[in-house]
Amino acid sequence: MHPVAKDILLPVAAIALALLLFGGFVGFAGVNPLDVWATLFKGAFGDWFSWQNTLQRAAPLMLTALCVALPARAGLTVIGGEGALVLGGLAAAALPMAVALPTNAAGTLLACAAGAVAGALWIMLAGWLRQYRGINETISSLLLSYVAIGLFKHFVEGALRDPASLNKPATPSLDPGLLIGGIAGSDVHWGLVLGVLACVALGLWLHFTASGFSVRVVGGNPRAAQLVGLPATRLVLLACALGGAAAGLAGAVEVAAVHTNANGALIAGYGYAGILVAFIARHNPIAIIPVAIVFGGFGAAGSLLQRRLGLPDASVMVLQGIAFVLILASEALRDVDWRTWWAQRRKRPEDTGTTPAPTAHVEAI
Amino acid sequence: MSADQWIALIAAIVGGALRVGVPFLFVSLGECLTEKSGRINLGLEGVLVLSAMAAFGGAYLTGSPWLGVLAGATAGALLATLHGLLCSLPRVNDVATGIALMLLGMGLAFCLGKPLIQPQAPQIPALPLGGWSDSPVVQSALQVNALLPLGVVLAVLLWWAFARTRWGLLVRLAGDSANATRALGYSVPGIRIAATAAGGFIAGLGGASLTLFYPGSWNEGISSGQGLIAVALVIFARWSPLRCLVAALLFGGAGAIGPALQSVGVGWGYHLFNTVPYVLTLLILVVTCKPGSVAAGSPGELSSTKQS
Repeated sequence: MHPVAKDILLPVAAIALALLLFGGFVGFAGVNPLDVWATLFKGAFGDWFSWQNTLQRAAPLMLTALCVALPARAGLTVIGGEGALVLGGLAAAALPMAVALPTNAAGTLLACAAGAVAGALWIMLAGWLRQYRGINETISSLLLSYVAIGLFKHFVEGALRDPASLNKPATPSLDPGLLIGGIAGSDVHWGLVLGVLACVALGLWLHFTASGFSVRVVGGNPRAAQLVGLPATRLVLLACALGGAAAGLAGAVEVAAVHTNANGALIAGYGYAGILVAFIARHNPIAIIPVAIVFGGFGAAGSLLQRRLGLPDASVMVLQGIAFVLILASEALRDVDWRTWWAQRRKRPEDTGTTPAPTAHVEAI
Repeated sequence: MSADQWIALIAAIVGGALRVGVPFLFVSLGECLTEKSGRINLGLEGVLVLSAMAAFGGAYLTGSPWLGVLAGATAGALLATLHGLLCSLPRVNDVATGIALMLLGMGLAFCLGKPLIQPQAPQIPALPLGGWSDSPVVQSALQVNALLPLGVVLAVLLWWAFARTRWGLLVRLAGDSANATRALGYSVPGIRIAATAAGGFIAGLGGASLTLFYPGSWNEGISSGQGLIAVALVIFARWSPLRCLVAALLFGGAGAIGPALQSVGVGWGYHLFNTVPYVLTLLILVVTCKPGSVAAGSPGELSSTKQS
């Protein structure tokens, strides 16, 4: 089979199987699986209202998925996008408090840039710790995101708090001139366009520029990168910075387009869902766009599942978890040569054909 | 602050160390056993949350906290077994699988645990270790989870088993050299699946102590990354079960600083003090890891500590 066909077929099959298993899971809870599948589709893509909700959720997912995908192309498993997102949101909300921004598109851009810089620095810290201190970036990025959430709460409930926000601590609302509006009067905001543009631009960068290619060499074969003298550390930090900037931008956009200020609702798990999206897209920025829309749809359908069928809102998380597990397991089928497998099966049905595969996972030699 | 406040603060931190340290202890022992066999299980965060829910549900339904503990440990073992099986497939990365199981475990726990948020479940009894003191503050701080002695025994037992028993040596063999294990005719995936499942069982005891001891309720914020901190904690403990015991209490104490300060009336920086365990973990990693070299005592097959 053509590799690209496998890239598409395996995830599609895995998601389909995940939906099937999820149907079994809710059937166990006494809900008709057919109703669940219908509601999932209706809540995600059923009508224009659902589409707006889906696309609104897909925008931050695209950006947080980039925070996983870009470092992954440089050989790093960074899972701390949630931290970059909340700090990005905090920076975007804090900048107008510190300096008077022009209340127009330029001001919005500056606030978004502040968010991107905050996110970039945060993920670069994880990359720096790996390159210079040899610390596993998966663990450090996740720990850093807990620190980021602590910092976020500290500032939102302390120094940056709007005294008028009594029950729900929040920063002062942004000036209406700084807010990101909907596209053509809909609920879908311009953040979606930013997300798509970022995915396309970074996808082109990875494939058609020398620096993008170098990042892929560093991630694909560190020994080769060393032999041809690529500045591996600088490229790893660049990939981390770009990924972190995307996640920080996601936070800034959420603040400027959805919440209008930084509050606890910003910590909504987009960073973690982005990990799943990036893995399904096989860390390909262009493929992130459709995958983010599908999973934005599942997220959007969550509240409908709760209202219509009485399922807990976390049931979408179960679906995501099952899908993630199956996507990873489907990797095992990628290398199977089906034609040879069938031929062997027909010739010697008693031989199950299992060979002791080396299980040791070699990260880098 | 007055002397009384200092005593209250220190008692609250020590009490917190003993209370918060117990889940840390079990999770780090489970992670230690898993990593000794050459695999890393980041999914222990999911195991912890799922087992916390299962333990609470089990205790609520049966009326016995000990059956609840068993339910929690079993749920933990099941989820960890899934991790072990998945990672035995070719081309499946243990770090990514851990993230997936974290999501799945938390989703299952939040979903199935929805009806458990309101009710009360019977609790694990407390051991009053503070009887020697007249101060009620000290007495209440030293109400220790009855699972703590079990954890201490388990740490010693694991340490002895790794050093002295055939099973312990086999686990270490699989962790240090898959090739040597195969050459001796043992199944590397088999040993690793067994070690991962047993590690999940032990981590499940930690989950049970989250919901069946003070404050003793189930909610969706029950764990805040203890399962992940445990991964770093095992690195800090250099893969020794005995050092895991010390590290767990240290981290428990660090996690108790924020609530302890709040209890004596210092409200400033509550969220900052709550990040102390994470910052401490990062600092420990900065001190103990060196670029280009493997951490001392690390199992040779472990992907997380292999460096270029």
